[in-house]
Amino acid sequence: MAGLLAKFGHYTHAVVRGIPSSLATEALRSSQSEVDLAKAHQEHAEYVEVLRTRLGLEVVELPADEALPDCVFVEDAAVVCGDTALITRPGAVSRRGETEAMKEALKKLDLNLVEMTDENATLDGGDVLFTGQEFFVGLSKRTNQRGAEILADAFKDYAVSTVPVTEGLHLKSFCSMGGPGLILIGASEHAQKALKTMQQMSNYRYDKLTVPDDLAANCIYMNVPGKGHVLLHTTGDQFPESFKVLEKLTDYTLIAVSGLEKMKVDGALTCCSILINKKTDI
Amino acid sequence: ENTTNVSSCPQTLKNACFHPLSTALSLCPSENCLSLRKWGKNVTDSFFFFFTPSLLSMENKQNSASFMMMMLTVSFSPFFCFSTQKRAKGQFLFFKVCEHLNLMEKDYFGLTYKDTHDHKCWLDPTKEIKRQIRNSWQFSFNVKFYPPDPSLLTEDLTRYLLCLQLREDVACGRLPCSFVTHTLLGSYTLQAELGDYEVDQPKPLDYMSQLTFAPNQNKDMEEKILELHKSHRGMTPAQADAQFLENAKKLSMYGVDLHHAKDSEGVDITLGVCANGLLVYKDRLRINRFAWPKILKISYKRNNFYIKIRPGETEQFESTVGFKLQNHRSAKRLWKVCVENHSFFRLNAPEPPTKARFLTLGSKFRYSGRTQAQTRVASSLIDRPAPNFERTSSKRISRSLDGASFIFPQFIIYAFTCSFIHFYLFCAFVLFCCMSAFQSSLGVHGENIYVRHSNLMLEDHDKTQDEVLKHQASISQLKRSFMEAPPPSPPQPNQWEKRLTSSPTTTIRVQPSLFDPLFSAVSPVLVVPNDHFFCFCFCPPCVCCVRAHFIVELHVCVCVLYGCIQTAEVEIEETVVVQEVSKAPKPTVVTIEKVPHEPVVKVEEAMPVAEEDEPNKRESVSSESESEEEAEYHPNVHVSIAHSEIPEEKEEEEEEEEEVEVHVVEQIPNDTILPPVIEEAAPVEVQQQETHDAERPKEAEEKHTTEPENDESTDDPMLTPEEAPPPNGLPLAEEDSPDAGQEEPKVNGQPMTVETEHRPQVICCTEPPVVKTEMVTISDTFAAQKTEIATKEVPIVHTETKTITYEASQLDGNADGEPGVLMTAQTITSESLCTTTTTHITKTLKGGLSETRIEKRIVITGDCDIDHDEALAQAIKEAKEQHPDMSVTRVVVHKETELAEEEED
Repeated sequence: MAGLLAKFGHYTHAVVRGIPSSLATEALRSSQSEVDLAKAHQEHAEYVEVLRTRLGLEVVELPADEALPDCVFVEDAAVVCGDTALITRPGAVSRRGETEAMKEALKKLDLNLVEMTDENATLDGGDVLFTGQEFFVGLSKRTNQRGAEILADAFKDYAVSTVPVTEGLHLKSFCSMGGPGLILIGASEHAQKALKTMQQMSNYRYDKLTVPDDLAANCIYMNVPGKGHVLLHTTGDQFPESFKVLEKLTDYTLIAVSGLEKMKVDGALTCCSILINKKTDI
Repeated sequence: ENTTNVSSCPQTLKNACFHPLSTALSLCPSENCLSLRKWGKNVTDSFFFFFTPSLLSMENKQNSASFMMMMLTVSFSPFFCFSTQKRAKGQFLFFKVCEHLNLMEKDYFGLTYKDTHDHKCWLDPTKEIKRQIRNSWQFSFNVKFYPPDPSLLTEDLTRYLLCLQLREDVACGRLPCSFVTHTLLGSYTLQAELGDYEVDQPKPLDYMSQLTFAPNQNKDMEEKILELHKSHRGMTPAQADAQFLENAKKLSMYGVDLHHAKDSEGVDITLGVCANGLLVYKDRLRINRFAWPKILKISYKRNNFYIKIRPGETEQFESTVGFKLQNHRSAKRLWKVCVENHSFFRLNAPEPPTKARFLTLGSKFRYSGRTQAQTRVASSLIDRPAPNFERTSSKRISRSLDGASFIFPQFIIYAFTCSFIHFYLFCAFVLFCCMSAFQSSLGVHGENIYVRHSNLMLEDHDKTQDEVLKHQASISQLKRSFMEAPPPSPPQPNQWEKRLTSSPTTTIRVQPSLFDPLFSAVSPVLVVPNDHFFCFCFCPPCVCCVRAHFIVELHVCVCVLYGCIQTAEVEIEETVVVQEVSKAPKPTVVTIEKVPHEPVVKVEEAMPVAEEDEPNKRESVSSESESEEEAEYHPNVHVSIAHSEIPEEKEEEEEEEEEVEVHVVEQIPNDTILPPVIEEAAPVEVQQQETHDAERPKEAEEKHTTEPENDESTDDPMLTPEEAPPPNGLPLAEEDSPDAGQEEPKVNGQPMTVETEHRPQVICCTEPPVVKTEMVTISDTFAAQKTEIATKEVPIVHTETKTITYEASQLDGNADGEPGVLMTAQTITSESLCTTTTTHITKTLKGGLSETRIEKRIVITGDCDIDHDEALAQAIKEAKEQHPDMSVTRVVVHKETELAEEEED
């Protein structure tokens, strides 16, 4: 039940949000690209379906808001760990409105809400890597020191270390957790440097699995009853080299989810859902 | 077994100065302790007085500051008083505490004190306590090294103590945790302390709010805690503790010792020392971390703290990171903590402290205890049944629900210097406090309890005779004020109070609110010696445990008081004490003391004035300045360069103090005057072995035992060569110090040091010269007079206390001042349905005649409507019948009536 007892990768609920039509044109992106809205919808539907049926999560689907083109990337709006949810203050001004719906949804899930009200603080959930033992917060264009401090206040049980993110949008744009104590990390120089920082800052030892493509390092790890380790990853078509590396995880159930269209607007796999563990031990 | 009955060891009584209090005190030969015994029952748990023989002999010197007394209040038991030489080392105190706690895995713990700047410092076990403490003689027992995995601890007791510390850490916010964790930890605390949740518990939330679980506790949290508590049904206290620790150890700040600093750019940061290394925080964020294996050298210079970092894979050169601390003390403190943590968690065996070499600077401090590896081995060898221990407040909370805390504050040790007589007075007041608190914890309403006195100070060094006389005078005044109504106004604050301002116990008045959770355990009562105030702390929970014997203790208290006050004047030959304790709401105590020959001995000896022997003073070494304060430590285990020396830091202030102590030892007068208390014709040999000369060989001995170990380890590769050549010109005083031997490292586990193993065979005590002053006790053979103590005016004490003293007038039997030698002492206790009779027979040899005095205490427990006069008459009659050859000299009737009913509004 309690945060400290929660086993890593156990989830019961997922919060996702629909794709607004405005995504195609108005969503923020780091490179110029055309988004095929229909394809994006299809990908997202698949994604939600995997969460719901294959992983057995109770999915809370929030309606899309046309005024918030990036609203599908719910991860940035909140950080949930244990029974506590921190409603963030996203770094991009255009995305601040996204937290409203998220707050309501998380309230309904009966989580202890902490809101980031400090006007000097910014934090995107995409910059927050929770390893099960501690938090790493990427200090990026979207996240600042103050935001990280507030996160540290919200999750007092855990150490919160800051990691400079020099390239890429978020910390999790090139890394994610691949299991308990396993960090998936991109091969790029800045990704490796960030990993070093994380290793130095931590009292724990982490294994690392380096994948050639930074974007392929963003996966969703879950521990599903009856299935064991499950890893949602990008398709082999998209990143064949990285897929070969991931295939080495033999005792894992690998589920490929296409994220091609979302990736055009810097959306990775983890971005599209907030995973929550509401199961109580009592 | 800590104590043995007096009767079982008459031999040892020769070591003790005889005293009217002997009824209450028994002597234990092996432990050199006097422990207060309840009539027929051992109350070692409640009272424990420790004396070293040296203490007793110190008495001869009339030097009231020649030893110190310490008092410890621990959650397990209320008082723990002992006394030792002024020069006792930290280790001595620490071992005493551990012994008292029955703690074997003690290496994780330590004693702390607050330095002049109110910073918490660890008491160095290898150094004299007095040289470390500058202001306040107040120590706390704390966890020093938080075991990373508490489940590896061997004993539940150790885990429990760790829990106590963590509960405190969590409750005060030192160990931050989330709401959920607060509730979880709180629920385990409840389970451990209260057992299973009881459905029929009345309004559990009411008492929940009196417990401190978190810094920002609210109703919501309390409800959740209770809810979780229900779910732990069936869990034993030990299991609950284990669960508590399992969760607490995962907290990120578990075991992290924080130090405020600035980085090289002047930005405020916090350095955290832990088992793994050094952590750097900015606000709550971890911004850097240096694992121990990465650190090549730790050093400090002035207020700078440096760590030299092993070059990374890609780097070529070592780098040094510097931090600025507030002052050189903070830097040194941080450095010490680093050295200790590194040694404890990373080394297999502690590094030997390097020997002071010629022309070296800096601290030679090294961790002296066992390392974690060693302590684990040692704990695995512990072969004893799991010790029984009582949890903090279980009893109290479930019964009276008058507020309690499950946290650490009871672990406070007070120590101060005082003289022998003060020691007794102190005990008396402790007992008095104890009772008062007990009564107040019964739900009696009251405002204040304070005892005002104008004597008793404990800090008086080298009293002149005049002062001693004054002392005596004020002692009787003390008695009077104690017996009389409480003072109309609280005593003015003064030096003592000022000193204690940082402590929660500063409060002069004990207010009912003080009996609230956190400090309910700590209630002060003061004794005012020469305009000094002194606060005592004690904890009612434990007092409650001795509830049944409360009246007895009250008597002891009064008796102790009387004893102290009259020590120099009156010899009680036979005392019959009748105590009547009513189990009904109105208990009555009747105390009758009969004293057949009351030789009021006027002692008119000239007090040897102890003065410092100035010429003997060693040259004080104070040439060091702060700028030279620096030290280095090379934590790397793997560096295998033969070391030469480690710079040693001078601790300036200590040097001067030391001479003083040495001279105190030398100031022993040969013609010590013996206390009138001891009646004896035979001249008493004062075996004064406390001389300086006597101590020297001892030290030498000690040196011998420790030296080989040092030599062995001289080639230890753990030390790298001293890097900075030491600044020149510092004559090393350490070498010729008479104390040098004691500066040698103590091997962990080495038994008590010099202070404890003492040997005087006959101990003669001298009371300060007596001035006959007004006494509350009326000395009139026929017209016995009543002295009523208007306790009604002390609202918190819900009893009415009457003390009536009858004294025979044939005093002055022999004013020869010759003390006697105590031959035997015996305590016999018999119990019947409603009376408890304790007869204490002591035989002293005096002028070739054996004198026997019998003191009887009869505690009658019965209804309030017992005829007191009849009881009194009966008691006297019985005493006369039993000992027709003796005369009754003194009768003290102590009657106590609970006023609860009358005062009910």
